[in-house]
Amino acid sequence: MFRRIEQTGSDSVTVRIDNREFQVPAGISVAAAVLLCGFRKVRNTPVTDSPRLPYCMMGICFDCLMCIDGVPNQQACQVEVRDNMAIDYQRGAAELLQQE
Amino acid sequence: MKDFDFIVVGGGLVGCSIAYGLARQKHRVAVLDGGDRSFRASRGNFGLVWVQGKGANFAPYARWTGQAANLWPHFAEQLTAESGIEIDYQRSGGMHFCLQEQEWDERVSEMELIRQHTDGMFEYEMLGHDQVKALIPQISSNVLGASYSTQDGHVNPLYLLQALQQGMDCHQVRYFPNQVIDKIEARQDGFHAHATEGVVSAGKIVLCAGLGNRGLGDMLGMDIPLVVDRGQIMITERLQPFLNLPTLHVRQTAEGTVQIGYSHEDVGLDDGTSPSVLKKIARRAVTMFPFLQRVRLVRAWGALRIMTPDNNPIYQQSAECPGAFTVTCHSGVTLSAMHAGPVAEWIAGRAEHNQINHFSTDRFNVSQN
Repeated sequence: MFRRIEQTGSDSVTVRIDNREFQVPAGISVAAAVLLCGFRKVRNTPVTDSPRLPYCMMGICFDCLMCIDGVPNQQACQVEVRDNMAIDYQRGAAELLQQE
Repeated sequence: MKDFDFIVVGGGLVGCSIAYGLARQKHRVAVLDGGDRSFRASRGNFGLVWVQGKGANFAPYARWTGQAANLWPHFAEQLTAESGIEIDYQRSGGMHFCLQEQEWDERVSEMELIRQHTDGMFEYEMLGHDQVKALIPQISSNVLGASYSTQDGHVNPLYLLQALQQGMDCHQVRYFPNQVIDKIEARQDGFHAHATEGVVSAGKIVLCAGLGNRGLGDMLGMDIPLVVDRGQIMITERLQPFLNLPTLHVRQTAEGTVQIGYSHEDVGLDDGTSPSVLKKIARRAVTMFPFLQRVRLVRAWGALRIMTPDNNPIYQQSAECPGAFTVTCHSGVTLSAMHAGPVAEWIAGRAEHNQINHFSTDRFNVSQN
C-alpha cells in the first residue's frame, strides 16, 4: 500500500511486528514502519472495537497507539524504530500494569 | 425586537438546566451564552453526582443536594429519551478515602452531622480497608478506609451539557452564542438585554453566568458575592476497568479514561495548570493506587469553581427588579436535576419553594443593631 519516496540511507534495523520479523530502514517511526510493512491496522478502539491506522503522523491525533516493548498506548508516530523492538497491536484499553 | 418569556444568561450546565426546565413547561426561552474564551467550569469539571460531605456547615444544602441526587435517575432517563444522548450516568455509590486516623475521625463527624441535618435521609457507611478492598481490589494498603454512600454517582459532564443543549433545541429554546451584554434595562414591560445579537427582551431574566453573575447582578440591583477557586485535573490514557464507582479524587469514565483531581487554589482569574499542584495531585493518587505511576497522562487542565463565601448555592430574586433571578453554585452537575425541575418551576412562579428561601443572599448580610 505504501512505498518510500527516498531510498538514500542503507542502514536497516530488525523489528518484530505482531510476532513477525521485518527489516525496516533505520531512523523511521514505528508508525511508518508498520505502514511500510503493509499492516492494515495498529489497534482496535476501546469503545467500539473499530480498527485504526496512523492518521496525522505528527503526534496530534492519538490514532496510532500501539504496544511497544511491552508498554501500551504509545504514539507509534513519535517513537523511532530500534533493533529488536517488539511492536504489537493495541487491543482496546490498556491492561493495568502492576508494580514489580 | 426579539421577545421571549425568559432570558437565561449563561449556557453552561446551570443555564442550560434552567432553560431546559423552563422550556419543558412550554415557556419561550432565549439563552445568551458567552464565547469560547469565557471561563467554562462546565467543561472542566469532574462529573460527580455527589451527596457525601456536602452541607455539613449548612443543613438546607445537605437536604438540597440529597434531593438532587434522588431526582437524578429519573432526570437522566428523561434527558436521554428526549435528547437521544447517552450521558453515562450511574448511581454506583461513591467513596472518599481516608489515609490517616485523624482524617477518618473528622470524616465520621462530618458524615454524622449531615445525617442529622437530613433527618436520616442521607445514608452512609464507614468502610475499613478490607471492605474497601472487597469492592476495589486495586486499592493500596495505604488506604485506611473510606466513607461510602450508595446515594452518590457519576456522569459524563460533557455529554450532560450536550444532552441539555439538545434538549433545549427539542423544546425550541433560542440559543445565542458569543454574546457580550453591555447593559440590561429593567422596565415596566420587562427586561431588555443589550447583547451582541441586539436587544433581546423578556418578561423575566435569570442570571446563570457563573463568575459573570457578579457584574450582571450589579445591573439588576443584586449584590452577588463570589469567590474564585481553581481546581486542576489530569487525564490518563484509557485503561481496562478497575474502578466501578467514583471517588472524590479518582474517577474512571465509561470509556476507560481515569480522571485524577482535587485541588483548591486562590489564583484569581487564571484557569491554567501548575506543576507543583499537579505533582501533589498525582502523588496522592499514586498513594491510593500505586499502579497509576506507570500510567501515561494525556492531558491536564485547570478550571475555576464558582464559590460563594460559605460555599453554598445562591438562589435569589432581585428585590429591586422583581422578575430578575440569579442562580449561582459550584455543583452544576449534581444540582442539574434540581435546576431543571423545582428551581425552574420556582422561577416560572408555578411553585412556592420554602427551601429556596434559605439560599438567598440575605444570609451574608450582617444584621444592623
